Amino acid sequence: MSEQIPGPEHAPRRRFLAGVAAVVIGGLAGLAPLLSGAVSLLDPLRRRRADPGVALVTKLAVIPKDGSPKKFTIVADQVDAWTTHADAPVGAVYLRRGPDGVQAFNVVCPHAGCFVGVAPDKSRFACPCHKSSFDLDGVINDPRSPSPRNMDALDVEIRNGDEVWVRFQSFHPGRAEKIPVL
Amino acid sequence: MRALLEWLDDRTGFRGLLRAALFERIPGGARWRYVWGSTLTFAIFVQFVTGLVLWAAYSANAQGAWESVYFIEHEMLGGWVLRGVHHYMAQATIILLVIHLMQVVIDGAYRAPREVNFWFGLGLLFVVLGLSLSGYLLPWDQKGFWATKVATSIAAITPVIGPTLQQMLVGGTEYGHHTLTRFFALHAGVLPGLLMLMIVAHVYLFRRHGVTVVKKPEARDGFFWPDQVLRDGVASLAVMVAVLVVVFATGGAELGAPADPTEPYAAARPEWYFMFLFQWLKYFPAGWEIVGAHLIPGFVVTLLVLMPIFARARLGHRLNLALLGSVIVGIVALTTLAYVEDGADPDFAAAVAKSDALSERMNALVVAAHGIPAGGGLSLLRSDPMTQGPALFSTHCSSCHRVDGHDGLGGLLTDDPAAADLAGFGSREWLTGLLDPERFATPEYFGGTQHVRGRMSRVVQRAIASFGPEQVAELGLVVKALSAEAALPRQAAADSVDRAEIEEGGRLMATERMNCTRCHLFHGVNQELEGPQLTGWGSREWMLGMLQNPGHVSFYGDSNDGMPAFGDDAILTEAQMGLIVDWLRQDWYEVEAGGR
Repeated sequence: MSEQIPGPEHAPRRRFLAGVAAVVIGGLAGLAPLLSGAVSLLDPLRRRRADPGVALVTKLAVIPKDGSPKKFTIVADQVDAWTTHADAPVGAVYLRRGPDGVQAFNVVCPHAGCFVGVAPDKSRFACPCHKSSFDLDGVINDPRSPSPRNMDALDVEIRNGDEVWVRFQSFHPGRAEKIPVL
Repeated sequence: MRALLEWLDDRTGFRGLLRAALFERIPGGARWRYVWGSTLTFAIFVQFVTGLVLWAAYSANAQGAWESVYFIEHEMLGGWVLRGVHHYMAQATIILLVIHLMQVVIDGAYRAPREVNFWFGLGLLFVVLGLSLSGYLLPWDQKGFWATKVATSIAAITPVIGPTLQQMLVGGTEYGHHTLTRFFALHAGVLPGLLMLMIVAHVYLFRRHGVTVVKKPEARDGFFWPDQVLRDGVASLAVMVAVLVVVFATGGAELGAPADPTEPYAAARPEWYFMFLFQWLKYFPAGWEIVGAHLIPGFVVTLLVLMPIFARARLGHRLNLALLGSVIVGIVALTTLAYVEDGADPDFAAAVAKSDALSERMNALVVAAHGIPAGGGLSLLRSDPMTQGPALFSTHCSSCHRVDGHDGLGGLLTDDPAAADLAGFGSREWLTGLLDPERFATPEYFGGTQHVRGRMSRVVQRAIASFGPEQVAELGLVVKALSAEAALPRQAAADSVDRAEIEEGGRLMATERMNCTRCHLFHGVNQELEGPQLTGWGSREWMLGMLQNPGHVSFYGDSNDGMPAFGDDAILTEAQMGLIVDWLRQDWYEVEAGGR
């Protein structure tokens, strides 16, 4: 061992300070890319769902008189990151004539997000994935149904006598409360 | 050369490294049972190579992902083999991982001092599952889209952080460009990087501890090179051949119709090795999702992680064997149940058939359009009468009309239709039936309408019913003439052959014996306009006009019986009316038999 190389016993304080400085300076240098990366990575949390508002879906006469549901596409302006779509199909709803007027349901299953279908005999809604089952009023009709809540009913307005307008919203899947995605 | 290698070795020491890598001592010599880890490394190597080449042709955005995969699959030289190998080797990797895991546990190779390496191995399993999950979405077809919606919804029910986690994965609140860019960054960047680091650590630790020798054999010790490498090479080749056989037997990986959040996809299923989880979720009723999706799987994974610790106890190894055994039996049972249930479900079979048909149809549409237009695959599909017509008909027409007795989508309706069955509308057969006294007033034609009490009804049921043979022959010519007005593409050949008869039939319509022009307008001839005009009857323009407003004087005027003015009342767009009309007229692109 050479006499020239300073060991810890020669300059303990200097060695300690150099160590601290190395960690701090190196850490700062490394922090910059990590932080800027993390900030941009978290950007989606800042995004809000563009509210399509109330959309004209169809005319009253088109909805079957017998109370069976029909699928309708919601057309609205849509922003997908860098692309804006004017009047694009953004989602779908079921419309039917219920006991108290027109009912609208989001087609997406509140359980895990599949597209709920209508049973061939049109007696109920049936999800093709995990077999959730709802009656035509959107209410769970099977105690084993994995869906935590009824189908998501949407607000319906009848304007000018025959126009069916729907407030198209999505809701967080998999929970009993119906919380809109905002 | 020798000098150059000497120099290189002096500067890098590569010979020592090579010697260490190749002349690893194997107690008891090379054996076939040691090949599994190497085949896994090989499978992952194949995924890196094929994945990088796929990357060179793939575009991760909602308007280009499906399109670029379509191009790889159908246009790129050998693209379908490349994609097929990537698709099926991913599945082979899972199988090899499970075999490797089972062998490690059965041989006790997870016990001290190899605990850390066992954990790296388990970590590798989850990274590979993550690669599979993220890769499923990338083609942006209906199957991947809906399966991934389920996967991210399951992430969303995680307590507290669920919605945030989902939003981070999806890249916003809606599926779109950023879902793909993020999944692609995971699939091609983060996870492979992690995989590589973990494999290096795994192999390093493996080398540190050496092969786990189950039973000290009599055989002499051997080296990795060349005996074990030869066996590993043979096994890897066998894996590759097996995957290639599957690729060529199945025609490669499937590509469904482009993702569309507005179209149902009842055939949504995960990849087969996730089917047990899919089935598992069915057993957890409302309120128990977290137990099914997170707590129990999380508990099982924790038990697996703790296996090396359990092994310290007496009987611990036996317990671990029982644990792994029951997990695997459970997974096999759930997977079997899932397939048995789907197999017994006619709706699921129909959904799969529909999905396959749409996938085929996409190929035809791209060929018809000479490529994919700027609007993407979805714009092609949405403007295709063959696939869009039935749904539009079912929604807007089937409350009164039928086609071949069903609602357009094949749904059978119990009540009698209020208006005519439109299957073959405009054809000679349809007209022949309309003008048949026996059939005019049936539900197939005007039976459900007020027209059964109208003038045309009297014409058919009295005048035509009393026609002599000569007039019947004349009526046949009228049918040909009127049907020719429709200019149906499916009848073009017959219309062109019968040109003379059609001309004669057109002349007969104005005669006193046939007397059509008494009420109907036909090429400028008419006495009193009472029924729909017959000039261009059944043609695209005529049908569009009818849909626009059936109460127009050119159509049913005041005697229109309840048919809505779809155009005038803005119920349907022009494009939608066009799709219904083209579908009813069977006017869509059809692949020529025998080639593309």
